[in-house]
Amino acid sequence: MTGVTNVKIQVLGTGCAKCKQLTANAEKAVADLGLGASVEKVEDIREIMKYRVMTTPALVVDGKVRSAGKVLSPEAVKELLRQ
Amino acid sequence: MGLPIITTSEPAPACCAGPAGSTPAARTRHPGTGRTALLLLLGLGAWIAAYAAVLPLSEWITFRAIGLSPTSHLGQSIAFFLYDTPKVLLLLVLIVFVVGIIRSFFTAERTRAILAGKRESVGNVLAALLGVVTPFCSCSAVPLFIGFVEVGVPLGVTLSFLISAPMVNEIALVLLFGLFGWKVAALYLVTGLTIAIVAGWVLGRMKLERYVESWVYESMKAEATFEKERLGFQGRVVKGLEAVREIVGKVWPWVVAGIAVGAGIHGYVPEGLLAAFMGKSAWWSVPAAVAIGVPMYSNAAGIIPVVEALLGKGAALGTVLAFMMSVIGLSLPEIVILRKVLRPQLIAAFVGVVATGILMVGWMFNAVL
Repeated sequence: MTGVTNVKIQVLGTGCAKCKQLTANAEKAVADLGLGASVEKVEDIREIMKYRVMTTPALVVDGKVRSAGKVLSPEAVKELLRQ
Repeated sequence: MGLPIITTSEPAPACCAGPAGSTPAARTRHPGTGRTALLLLLGLGAWIAAYAAVLPLSEWITFRAIGLSPTSHLGQSIAFFLYDTPKVLLLLVLIVFVVGIIRSFFTAERTRAILAGKRESVGNVLAALLGVVTPFCSCSAVPLFIGFVEVGVPLGVTLSFLISAPMVNEIALVLLFGLFGWKVAALYLVTGLTIAIVAGWVLGRMKLERYVESWVYESMKAEATFEKERLGFQGRVVKGLEAVREIVGKVWPWVVAGIAVGAGIHGYVPEGLLAAFMGKSAWWSVPAAVAIGVPMYSNAAGIIPVVEALLGKGAALGTVLAFMMSVIGLSLPEIVILRKVLRPQLIAAFVGVVATGILMVGWMFNAVL
């Protein structure tokens, strides 16, 4: 867990149950890793489409789409943040 | 069916088990493909044994252990419930597992790449077929719609996909097969696909592009590329098991509730009562079934036991099929979501054309069968 102090995390999703679940999981992952990052929700469809995803919810880290169309567990998000 | 070989990390409550996009794939270690295959065979054996035990066990419990009479209303209802619940759940586990494996070969991106650049007629057929096997959930309907349109997939072809994906439900398909035999299942598959193809084609002919919210066409520069996921045999088995955990974990209460309703109908509604107003002779029963079914929304797996009970009481197949298709094919939540990209006129045309298709299917079957 080195070097990841200032990451920007966004969850893309139009507000369905799965998107909320992914947001919660991402927040848990951030808290567990002790990062200062905040998790931002992107609910506007036009904003979402700028990331060129076709399935939601999607997880964006530092402007890059890292996962789309599924709810990652907190552990899976952590794994992703470590890379 | 719990095969203890998996160490993945997605306890996801989801309506679509989607292997989508470029995720850090759940890499499994490789203790040998042979072992996975062996465990699969053992699982299948256990499944067959359980399936064979359902009927005698349910009858033994109802009529021997509880001691109800096979001719009483309560006995009929309980026997139906105790027989259908494990049977349907067992079928569901097997189906969802197999479908999960099939779906691991398809992603939304890959489907889009196939459809991009196809002409209308061929495109409609392909889109309807791909709608059946591509992982899809209605909450992704909007990004999917835009994703298709922005690579130049025609509007009508995109709509064929959006009609077929929920309407031709693989769970409904295999449950119909298990409960009514291959003829009814084939009927459902063929008619569902036909409605999706024809309705999408008709909507395409109607030139409704101007009723798509204008911003959708503004950012049309995407390319239809997709990354191939390298999953391998074990990876796909993992996908299948994930699908079972996610989907069966989510729909089982619906299934049990559906069977309970079905059991009530089975035991208490007199034989032939429904024939009067859901039978073949009542032409108005088909539009009535569609009118009731469209605003209703249920899971495919939950509606089938009700269908089974209705059919058993003299309702006509066309009427029941129309009811089922309008419940699972046209749903209010999906329409609300699509409103974000489609103007009301297009939504109305969409619902109208699909409902008309369902109506025709209902009448056709009542007339032919």
